[in-house]
Amino acid sequence: MTPPLLSVRDLKVEFATRKGPLVALHGVSFDIAPGEVLGVVGESGAGKSLTGLAIIGLLDPPGRIAGGEILLAGERIDNLPPAKMRDIRGRRIGIIFQDPMTSLNPLMRIGDQIAETIMAHKSLPRREAKRGAIAWLAEVGIPSPEKRIDAYPHEFSGGMRQRVVIALALCAEPSLVIADEPTTALDVSVQAQIISVLKNLTRRHGAAVMLITHDIGVIAETADRVAVMYAGGIAETGDIHEVVRDPLHPYTQGLMAAIPTLEVSARRLAQIPGAMPRLSAIPPGCAFAPRCPKAFARCAMRPPLIAVGDRQAACWLYEHALAGADART
Amino acid sequence: MTEIAGGGEGASGPDRRLVARLEESDLLASFLASKITVAAGAVTIVLFLAALFAPWIAPTDPFNPAANYLSDSLDPPSFIAGGDSRFLLGTDDQGRDVLSAILYGLRVSLAIGFCGVALGAAIGIGLGLISGYSGGWIDSIIMRIADVQLTFPAILIALLLDGVAHAALKAESRDESAFAVLVVSIGLSFWVQYARTVRASTMVEKNRDYVLAARLIGLSHARILIAHILPNVMGPVMVIATISLALAIITEATLSFLGVGLPPTEPSLGTLIRIGQNYLFSGEWWIVAFPSLTLAALVLAVNLLGDWLRDALNPRLK
Amino acid sequence: MIAFILRRLVASIGVLIAVGLIAFAMFRYVGDPVNQMVGIETSVQERAQLRKQLGLDDPTIIQAARFLIHAARFDFGVSYQFKQPVADLIGARMPATLELAFMASILSLAAGIPMGVYNALHRDSALARAFQAVSLIGISLPTFLIGILLIYLFAVVLGWLPSFGRGDVVQIGSWWTTGLLTASGLKSLIMPAITLALFQMTLIMRLIRAEMLEVMRSDYIRFARARGLSERAIHFRHALRNTLVPVITVIGLQLGSILAFSIITETVFAWPGMGQLFLQSIQNADIPIMAAYLLLIALMFVLINLIVDLVYAVVDPRLRVPLNRAQA
Repeated sequence: MTPPLLSVRDLKVEFATRKGPLVALHGVSFDIAPGEVLGVVGESGAGKSLTGLAIIGLLDPPGRIAGGEILLAGERIDNLPPAKMRDIRGRRIGIIFQDPMTSLNPLMRIGDQIAETIMAHKSLPRREAKRGAIAWLAEVGIPSPEKRIDAYPHEFSGGMRQRVVIALALCAEPSLVIADEPTTALDVSVQAQIISVLKNLTRRHGAAVMLITHDIGVIAETADRVAVMYAGGIAETGDIHEVVRDPLHPYTQGLMAAIPTLEVSARRLAQIPGAMPRLSAIPPGCAFAPRCPKAFARCAMRPPLIAVGDRQAACWLYEHALAGADART
Repeated sequence: MTEIAGGGEGASGPDRRLVARLEESDLLASFLASKITVAAGAVTIVLFLAALFAPWIAPTDPFNPAANYLSDSLDPPSFIAGGDSRFLLGTDDQGRDVLSAILYGLRVSLAIGFCGVALGAAIGIGLGLISGYSGGWIDSIIMRIADVQLTFPAILIALLLDGVAHAALKAESRDESAFAVLVVSIGLSFWVQYARTVRASTMVEKNRDYVLAARLIGLSHARILIAHILPNVMGPVMVIATISLALAIITEATLSFLGVGLPPTEPSLGTLIRIGQNYLFSGEWWIVAFPSLTLAALVLAVNLLGDWLRDALNPRLK
Repeated sequence: MIAFILRRLVASIGVLIAVGLIAFAMFRYVGDPVNQMVGIETSVQERAQLRKQLGLDDPTIIQAARFLIHAARFDFGVSYQFKQPVADLIGARMPATLELAFMASILSLAAGIPMGVYNALHRDSALARAFQAVSLIGISLPTFLIGILLIYLFAVVLGWLPSFGRGDVVQIGSWWTTGLLTASGLKSLIMPAITLALFQMTLIMRLIRAEMLEVMRSDYIRFARARGLSERAIHFRHALRNTLVPVITVIGLQLGSILAFSIITETVFAWPGMGQLFLQSIQNADIPIMAAYLLLIALMFVLINLIVDLVYAVVDPRLRVPLNRAQA
């Protein structure tokens, strides 16, 4: 089996507040294989963006990584000095943020922004970098790239700007791209286009994608595997089709049940009762237990991610799989 | 596309927001956290009290010409050789006790400062409410006037108003009306900031549900403005008021220093400094030094408080 | 773009006319021009004749128009105190004020911008804290106090610099006098320039610091960092440029207010400039000078505003292109 490109092991992120440290991520673990698309899905506040930011080393204080490891191609990157981390950003890990309207410097031409990124990571003369910029604009599907090179961001629409953002994230040819809600701020009609641009480009350049979104539909159509996050932890991971068809974790089951389908005519939409707790109010033990229809005594303790076949679920219902694994070794 | 919806937060009621923000901002905690701010607060309170009780704590009444003897003039402070023990900080050219003059001057400076700010706030808040609430051509006119006035610095406007009043009034009544003229000048030069801020907040508030509800019930516009919208726009006004208090004090001191503010018969700190500057070279440094120190301490303290207040009430700095 | 310029021009002229009318009102209706100009012995008939001569009996609109037209030609009448044309009096003093204002502007920019940038980038360093303290003092202390303090320190105690006047000046051309070419002129310029510059310098420093901190928090800076650009590139190619653009307008306006504050500085240092003249005119109710000063200041401010707006329109690309050209 090929070693994973990115390996996140038991990542803990906390925020220092006046009332003491606030734990935002409680031990997040997952892998991303080279070239694969991992969808990270969950509600607002579940910690998806934080995970992405921690991986690329852009956690703003008072946030900090408080424990665990992040490995890129087998080497630790969570404890690197700032200069080394800067080399990794853009060159080996790229990131796309949510709002294309504010991601680009409004006072700088598009071509210059792409060229400077290329030049920051490869020692190319300016003319070469400019030619590279034109090529990238063409790849993301912007018409007349030679002319648009000199345009400013405000001369583009939202969808076009996000394409430029994608070009910027990929132009130094990273092996992993973190896409943090890349389509949330866009019109619905444009969302599909952007997703397809992202998918085609990453496939063509052999980059893996960590696609963070709260939209399961996008994941279902784009991702190979999915990680479901809840209240600062991972609830379940696995192949996207298997998770959708047969979710393991009660939270995921609730999510899938809540999606209305055309075949069944129901009068009320199914809901998971209650709401996801805020970071500052996460109960001890399993964070989902208060809302879980299958909660039992064991849930008073926080469950680890238990391997069930080649999927994982953080739920005591699968404790037997733990015991089974122990028994086998 | 299917989405997972997160739990939403309930919208808080309009009148509770200011109180909630005050509590959330840990106003008292942040005040006590910074030693400088506490010191500033202490200095401000001391000076305010000194000004308030000046008639009772000042050793002499510097405004009573009969009580001053020219033979006492230009005495150095009591703690220096040659000083008279009656005059702690020395005397000026008229034989007035500098300490008493400072206390009374402080009183007048603060009085004008407060009145000027109050006037400016009243005009500004009033016009801001009207402008934001009515919209249309009333709004345009008021904002146009505000814009034109903003192209000029406040001190210039105050100076001009003061100057015109000076020239318009007969020489005899100039001294008596100095106080009123100064208050009006300062007030008229400072209203714009209040108006703009209040207008912006009003425009936001007037579309809120509670305003619409009040209109449906049939409350008059005036009542809605005063009883409902006004309390909710006061937040930023507080910060502006603190900062403009310092500005008002400086403006009055400057105008007095320039000779177009309070006259020497009823001197403010600025007037005292003006008198004192003439004696700087001949060695009677105390006439200018102590009023200067007082003025500097006052303005510095008020500014620090204003800075703290602004940072404490700014939700974005969390 | 042309439409923008035209609109601003029209607005500026409007402001000037408005101020002109106010000046006219001052001129005509504050006190009585004739009584100010003549002695007590002048008979009633002579006053009436003078009144007619000056056109004070004409309809107000005509008087206002006449006033404005004269003003446009820089003819402001005759001073009550000095019995000389106001334009000459002001003209003689303008070089002193302009030189002072110019030096103060340069000083405040040359010191304020670097300090502000440093403070934004190295927020918690000892030097930054020192700058903050200085800025607090600069903002809090009234200009005249700073001037007096400087005089006390450098003139009374140390005796290094002169405490009043402009020193020796050199005449250039028919009108301009400069103090920059003599040693005493330069020495006299130091303290007034610093006094005048201090307030503006601290304002600029605080402004740049605040704006730069705000810019550093923006999404595109975060994205630039996410692309692995060097800190230097981020600070100077992205953050500084984006900080300066919106700040240009404010800086321009602040420089205008240096003209206003020069009145104070000129008083403290007995600097023979326009401001001192204006102050005297206030104390002596010399309306023609007051009105002229008002108009001149208005002109300068309007010009500065106009230039600043134009510069901003040129520098910010978002204002150059009409927004409906955005392509889908």
